[in-house]
Amino acid sequence: MPIEILMPALSPTMEEGNLSKWLVKEGDKVGAGDVIAEIETDKATMEVEAVDEGTVAKIVVAEGSEGVKVNALIAVLAEEGEDVDAAADHQAKTPEASSKVEDKEPEKVSQDKAVSAETPDANPAGEVSEDIPAGTKMVPTTVREALRDAMAEEMRADDDVFVMGEEVAEYQGAYKITQGLLEEFSARRVIDTPITEHGFTGVGVGAAMAGLKPIVEFMTFNFALQAMDQIINSAAKTLYMSGGQMGAPIVFRGANGAAARVAAQHSQCFAAWFSHIPGLKVVAPYSASDAKGLLKAAIRDPNPIVFLENEILYGKTFDVPDIDDFVLPIGKARIHRSGKDATIVSFSIGMTYAIEAAEQLAKEGIDCEIIDLRTIRPLDMETILTSVKKTGRLVCVEEGFPQSSVGSHIASQVMQQAFDWLDAPVITICGKDVPMPYAANLEKLALPSVEEVVEAVKTVSYR
Amino acid sequence: MGTKPRKSSRAKSKAAAVAEFTKTEDLSVYREMLLIRRFEEKAGQLYGMGHIGGFCHLYIGQEAVVVGMQAAIEDGDQVITSYRDHGHMLACGMDPKGVMAELTGRTNGYSRGKGGSMHMFSREKNFFGGHGIVAAQVPIGTGLAFANTYRGNDRLSVTYFGDGASNQGQVYESFNMAELWKLPVIYVIENNRYAMGTAVKRSSALTDFSKRGASFNIPGLQVDGMDVRAVKAAGDEAVAHCRAGKGPIILDMQTYRYRGHSMSDPAKYRSKDEVQKMRAEHDPIEQVKQRLIANKWADEAELKAIDKDIRSLVSQAADFAMNDDLPDASELYTDILR
Repeated sequence: MPIEILMPALSPTMEEGNLSKWLVKEGDKVGAGDVIAEIETDKATMEVEAVDEGTVAKIVVAEGSEGVKVNALIAVLAEEGEDVDAAADHQAKTPEASSKVEDKEPEKVSQDKAVSAETPDANPAGEVSEDIPAGTKMVPTTVREALRDAMAEEMRADDDVFVMGEEVAEYQGAYKITQGLLEEFSARRVIDTPITEHGFTGVGVGAAMAGLKPIVEFMTFNFALQAMDQIINSAAKTLYMSGGQMGAPIVFRGANGAAARVAAQHSQCFAAWFSHIPGLKVVAPYSASDAKGLLKAAIRDPNPIVFLENEILYGKTFDVPDIDDFVLPIGKARIHRSGKDATIVSFSIGMTYAIEAAEQLAKEGIDCEIIDLRTIRPLDMETILTSVKKTGRLVCVEEGFPQSSVGSHIASQVMQQAFDWLDAPVITICGKDVPMPYAANLEKLALPSVEEVVEAVKTVSYR
Repeated sequence: MGTKPRKSSRAKSKAAAVAEFTKTEDLSVYREMLLIRRFEEKAGQLYGMGHIGGFCHLYIGQEAVVVGMQAAIEDGDQVITSYRDHGHMLACGMDPKGVMAELTGRTNGYSRGKGGSMHMFSREKNFFGGHGIVAAQVPIGTGLAFANTYRGNDRLSVTYFGDGASNQGQVYESFNMAELWKLPVIYVIENNRYAMGTAVKRSSALTDFSKRGASFNIPGLQVDGMDVRAVKAAGDEAVAHCRAGKGPIILDMQTYRYRGHSMSDPAKYRSKDEVQKMRAEHDPIEQVKQRLIANKWADEAELKAIDKDIRSLVSQAADFAMNDDLPDASELYTDILR
């Protein structure tokens, strides 16, 4: 029986990669553990080892191939004693192997994988952008690159800006957001810290109080829990407690929210938590251009900023305007898609559900307006209210927990400020009120889904 | 009470037991310590009368620590401490009127009445607070030192904390980074023997705080924190260590607070005799006073004149603080963001 060699995943969120090099050729004998190929993503390069011994019967995916799906057949090994030519004729059972859960619900897979690196969401239908002048040259850029470019540009412009965190320098960033910064800016300004969140966050706050402009990277925001006291009690409150004398111009940034299959302690959205605190600004972009323009703004802002990124969005490609010094205003939502029938408010990865749902609903004759909050605090209620007064219906979408969610705050504000314009109660779509489970099917159930958003919009539309 | 500085294993040069003070220096530290003592007594009174609210932690008994350290550092060096901060602010040269007005929550207080006893700052005097969460100032003070290294200047950070704070994890996270990056920070542990109501022996596995940096290879000195000359000598050594680029150093200042942890603490966890003995035998101000008289650098009349002068300063501060306006209601919404 021929042995299938499949494209491996380098991380829980990897969906595809490049097969950069074959180290064996057809006819070569390999032993278990032999390195047979190199694969790479925009984040990392890794060697592929043979798991079984045998003879390379066929190389299915040639070296240099890009965008090879995880679990795609890349080569076939003939077992010892097996006919190599016969093995070479072996056909993959499925071009894209998938888990049992996905087999059961194939139609759902495509919807829930609304986010995937291979589908550039450059100019989705109906997107409205007031931020970018017409005719601007656009460059396809991943969120990852956009964040790096934002930091690099600000570091070039201001020697007081530096970045510190775990693995940000020599390792080039755990998620490769700081790739190349060490080489350009040296170890003085790109600083690997020990694994000591409470301590290095406090060090960052002290440096900010002394007038520097630190960017503190949390590998993920789950680890910021260790540093909560320094973020809330020291960074956010000092300006007020000092009567305006001393503040902390600092950016806390990193991956926030659920990644994939990393379970409860590594999967949670902190947008609502941080948005509770006066003295902080909380930014959570969806697109690469917003990530770039808002991170640049955050670094320049004299206040402490919590900048929430999303691991699943890091590899997603968007058009970023080719403008010198592209900076966006913090505190201003973006109308991602204009519509007249219902308003969907979301942010960060929540946007992927909103966009997919709006596309489906459009086919059914419901024209949704999508607002991408971009900033959670200060919250742009004006844009939300204007939209609600137009559509009379509101659905809020986020991955965070339901109680005291961003959506529940918006619902309360809309109820207080636009009650007479509402034609239906506001619906908030959130992650479920449970710690994130590990099992693939349960994880899927714990997160919001496009169906839920579609259903909610129909409910508020009485359809 | 340790009377001689004792060294931990790594310290290289031997600290002088005490610094030799000139007449001018002794008179200067006498004035400064007396100002803190009288200011704190007044604050205690005003608290009792209900003019100061919330938490109020007095520095009485510990005056030699901050005054001796201030004599060792230079303008431009940074100071940061905990919520027991009135003495540090006065020693940094902050205006007693502004400090007292903050204690009474008035508009001309250092934080415009929005910080209170535990949260005051002065950009001008390089005083970085005034921190209400036990040990939170330790990584921040380390960050101030980081900024000095980043900028390549010759400044250092004096980061004060207590024996209680010494058991917080973030202290050791800070020690590690400070030594790893050779940051110019002097960690001054004001060991007043009680973490609120818990005696050092009941809370600390190792009560010689000068050794708390041992696993990071940070040198430490035990210092008689009741003798301002011993503090100055240890401070001088620590300053030299930092300015030479050798990284952080720890000073275990053995001191004592005469009052409770805060105004609301009756201090029943220690005997009246213990407090009385400390006041009688080790009072930092009395020590200087006796020396001034013994050396014939000042007579009783001159010392009385100094005392009168200080009392007058403190009364003026209290009058100012009592008569100053409450903050305007509009201040509620200022200084949240820049």
